[in-house]
Amino acid sequence: MPEPVIEIRDLSFSYGSGTVLEHIELDVPRGEFLGIVGPNAGGKSTLLKIMLGLLVPQSGRVRLLDREPVAARKDMGYVPQYPVFSRDFPVTAEQVVAMGRLGTGRLLGGYSKKDRLIVSRVMEETEIAELARRRIETLSGGQLQRVLVARALACEPKIMFLDEPTANIDMRVENDIFDLLKLLNERMTIIVVSHDVAFISRYVDRVACLNRTLLCHQTADIDGHTIQELYGEDVRMVAHRH
Amino acid sequence: MERMFEWWHTDIDLNLMDFFSALSQYDFLQTALLAGLLASIGCGVMGTYVVVKRIGYMAGGISHSVLGGMGAALFFGFSPTTGALLAAILAALLIGWVKLNWHAQEDTLIGALWAIGMSIGVIFIARTPGYSTDLLSYLFGNILLIPKPQLWQMAALNIVVVLMVLAFYRQFMAVSFDEEFARLRGVPVTLFYLLFLCLVAVTVVLLVQVVGLVLVIALLTLPAAIAGHYVYTMGKMMVLASLLGMLFTTLGIMVSYELDLPPGAVIILLAGIGYILSAISSRFLVQQQARMDR
Repeated sequence: MPEPVIEIRDLSFSYGSGTVLEHIELDVPRGEFLGIVGPNAGGKSTLLKIMLGLLVPQSGRVRLLDREPVAARKDMGYVPQYPVFSRDFPVTAEQVVAMGRLGTGRLLGGYSKKDRLIVSRVMEETEIAELARRRIETLSGGQLQRVLVARALACEPKIMFLDEPTANIDMRVENDIFDLLKLLNERMTIIVVSHDVAFISRYVDRVACLNRTLLCHQTADIDGHTIQELYGEDVRMVAHRH
Repeated sequence: MERMFEWWHTDIDLNLMDFFSALSQYDFLQTALLAGLLASIGCGVMGTYVVVKRIGYMAGGISHSVLGGMGAALFFGFSPTTGALLAAILAALLIGWVKLNWHAQEDTLIGALWAIGMSIGVIFIARTPGYSTDLLSYLFGNILLIPKPQLWQMAALNIVVVLMVLAFYRQFMAVSFDEEFARLRGVPVTLFYLLFLCLVAVTVVLLVQVVGLVLVIALLTLPAAIAGHYVYTMGKMMVLASLLGMLFTTLGIMVSYELDLPPGAVIILLAGIGYILSAISSRFLVQQQARMDR
């Protein structure tokens, strides 16, 4: 097994009095395509935000690429659950993708030549080059999702996190997005959060079922068995470490 | 009918001639026009952010708090622009702090700051011996009374705003568009947010001199909102909004001179009419477009 790029040990998190995550243990080996599934409010987005360093857990240890989450951010790509911004914001697809280059290179002024090259390369890769000058308001759900994937790719990430990347788009486009992710997985670790166990288990190497408390553990366990029965070979392993 | 039209036509011609001869004659008119043009630059640039970020209320809070600083300046005998600038920046930082740390109470607290700033100003002005007549021009502006040296101050404030925005254009855009992503890319979001509010404060001080602190929000938001009907990137919005601001202030000064009306109010009325017409016609255009597409 390749060395882990993400190590989580005995992680617990709560908002005020409500426990969201309890005693989470997770190792993600380099190059894995991991799906995190679970019921709504099961703590999926919370776990993702902890890995990105946006939330700080009450207890436990999180290491990404042998660093603290905040220190490792430069090597992370993130595709948020859409829409997190207003669709009528006056910005073009290309400008959104270019935001992935922030935090690298110079502080003042515009983007560098290298930034522009990377932006046009990732737009080619995600097949949105012809949308470059389009305003995001005019894009379809699937097109916008590709723009957000391209923005994450522009960060040149070693690990890519996606939160419900296909929650608002139709089935056919959903397949396209995951085909693209499968391709990207050849050069980076990918972690995708979804509520759709059945769908993602066709693509990912491993499914981690997440439910916040020990009480819910059995339900998650049954889910896992059900998937294995349903999809047989497609799911190689179902991790239940909560 | 034709005759009537002709009469009307020559009348306007005469009036315009009047205005231009007055313009060449009177220093104060030239100063007023230049002040309007200068203020329009800051108004277009920061107004665009205020409109796309939808923080008109926060800008309103900042602009009304300015009275506190102007009153204090009168009382203690320093320059009102300095007082306005200090008060605006203090208000911007307080409002930013409230927004970041006290989100639930945000509009109560901004509303309170708004009124407290004004009350401080009113009290200072009341206690300043023999100097209470100017209150109206603080509230509603009087571009015709701007002393010439003040143009340099206005130019300096503009340069600060434009240079900052040019230098940090990418960061400001990312923070306004998607704060969370900007944070993940290592952009110091809080710092840029407060810096951004301080630039709004500087712009407010620029505009207060033209239309007064009550009318500032309109001049800050209306040109940018009109620009938003026609162009779809922030850079273009800023340029178009600045040009529109110049149009409204110049026309406003001309009309108010001709009809002997308060210039600040006329400028805002023109901007308001422009916005309404633009909103109606752009909606019409969109419907037309939709029909064509079908």
